[in-house]
Amino acid sequence: MRTVQAAPDDLNTSAPLAELRREHGALVVVLSGEWSLSRSPLRFETLVTRDALTAPKVHSLRFDATDLGRWDSSLLVFLEQVRQFCEAEQLELDVSTLPEQINRLLVLSQAVPERATPKEPATESRLTQLGHAGLRSWATVQSALSFLGDVALAVTKLARGTAHMRWREFWVVVQSNSSGALPIVTLIALLVGVIIAFLGVVVLERFGAGYYASYLVGFGMLREMGALMTGIIMAGRTGAGFAAELGSMKISEEIDAFVTLGVSPVEHLVLPRMLGIFFMMPLLTLYADFVGILGGMAVTVSLLDVSTTQFVGGMLTAVTMVDAVLGLLKGVVFGVLIGFAGCWKGLETGSDAGAVGRAATSAVVVGITLIIVANAVIDWLAALLKI
Amino acid sequence: MSDQNEPAIDVSNLTMRYGDLVIMNDLNFSIERGEIFVIMGGSGSGKSTLLKHLIGLKKPAEGTILFSGEKFDLENDASRHRILRDMGVLFQSGALWSGLTLAENVALPLEEFTELDARSIAEVVSFKLALVGLRGFETFYPSAISGGMRKRAALARALALDPAVLFFDEPSSGLDPISASRLDDLILELKASFGTTIVIVTHDLESIFRIADRALFLDISKKTMTALGPPAELRDNPPSDEVHRFLTRSSDGPA
Repeated sequence: MRTVQAAPDDLNTSAPLAELRREHGALVVVLSGEWSLSRSPLRFETLVTRDALTAPKVHSLRFDATDLGRWDSSLLVFLEQVRQFCEAEQLELDVSTLPEQINRLLVLSQAVPERATPKEPATESRLTQLGHAGLRSWATVQSALSFLGDVALAVTKLARGTAHMRWREFWVVVQSNSSGALPIVTLIALLVGVIIAFLGVVVLERFGAGYYASYLVGFGMLREMGALMTGIIMAGRTGAGFAAELGSMKISEEIDAFVTLGVSPVEHLVLPRMLGIFFMMPLLTLYADFVGILGGMAVTVSLLDVSTTQFVGGMLTAVTMVDAVLGLLKGVVFGVLIGFAGCWKGLETGSDAGAVGRAATSAVVVGITLIIVANAVIDWLAALLKI
Repeated sequence: MSDQNEPAIDVSNLTMRYGDLVIMNDLNFSIERGEIFVIMGGSGSGKSTLLKHLIGLKKPAEGTILFSGEKFDLENDASRHRILRDMGVLFQSGALWSGLTLAENVALPLEEFTELDARSIAEVVSFKLALVGLRGFETFYPSAISGGMRKRAALARALALDPAVLFFDEPSSGLDPISASRLDDLILELKASFGTTIVIVTHDLESIFRIADRALFLDISKKTMTALGPPAELRDNPPSDEVHRFLTRSSDGPA
């Protein structure tokens, strides 16, 4: 006869105990003690040995639970091990001597799920994976294009005055992208102006041309960095915000509610957001240009023997209105791209808890990527046209 | 181990507030061990808020709640740990962690509260999932199964530690009648087999009459409890018109 007993870890109660004995060609598992999940569990396979089954061969297994104390799931898990063992060894399992409640739970746990378990998907070959990735990319492009189409239609309707757009939402977007965005835009633009000035002063000084740092600050802020930095800030701030807002509306079925009412969510939700950022981006860009130039001027004036008048005068001989307008144009384009990426990703949100987070992240990534690409394309066109 | 003669939960002079707004006043009741106790009341009467107080998510504005004679002290780690180990909660939406598989969901409380090794945990998890009819769904994510299955998986998680007290928030919401009735069967089975104390927030009358040993009625107009007792008795001798209307599903008072 073999016995397993868990180490007693609580002196007030006795440890769970299982013993195995043979009786007229049957195995009897004697259960006693207190069975609790908070104790180290007993395992049936440590109890049973090969020779317990042979010499002479046993055909059935039953239980003796007369001394069984309090029990919980740990006992049921043990009984499940016994059941699996009996199945493997083709022993007849007799549970009739177990307490009624245990039997009811065992029956419940043996019930077949009402829905057959679906098979796990087979692992795909590299080629299949590549194919699927290609199809997914194509589907993404299609979804972006169809969203773009929806937006274009909505804009046409707006121009005709037939779009269902609430101007209040537009003004909310305008507000959050004006006074709300100013502190961060100020900080970043100022520092970018400072960085450009440092770069100009340090590099140009070597050639005795430190004075021309003002050119670099002017060109740099107006043509490139003003719009670019504002765009990147807004992609992180507003683009992610759009995606998260629309994404949580999607999850709470608000978007579906619009659709079932025959109201286009694009007109109702996307249009005010895109219009808002479309109008605000050039204004923020202009502001960033101004602040950046101020920062650059402060550095140049403090490091070199240059007065503010000389700095501004020097800068104005180099930069023209065209440079400023080019920067503002970039701002407008970036605004459209940020709004597009944010709203598109928001409306594409999935349905699980992580989906809104993923939509916001991907809105930022797509937004910034589009901005950088657009910036390169516009610079290239400008160079071609000798602007 | 706690004293077996103490009620599972004892609520005295409880006042619940949202900010300055008093929701319920002067709640006094105890929940006995091994009973199925239903908290009922109309929408907005503070049923779910009361449940949040009972499971320690909200602090009473006034009054005390005792668990097996012990006060729920959120600041005291040992006491909180002991009480939380003895309770399981099935939230209205299931509240399965979406980033974890069903098995991981059920395993988490076991990892947190027991010393079991990985293999034993896996076995307990499989048993709990089998108990709610989800054998073989261990590796599935919550997003891949239906709402009813999610609710049952959440029940498996609530059952993971064989809790002494099990709380249900609107268990039948979002379930079809067959699934709801199956869940009622399971609740009765848990009471019969494990002797679990079960606290249910619901306004599902059919379920109340079928499974509740006692029911508590929260009256929103009086801002306190107005009835406590076996539901059939409350229906036959309603202590107030509101209780009568609620239990007979009528919109007018008695003639």
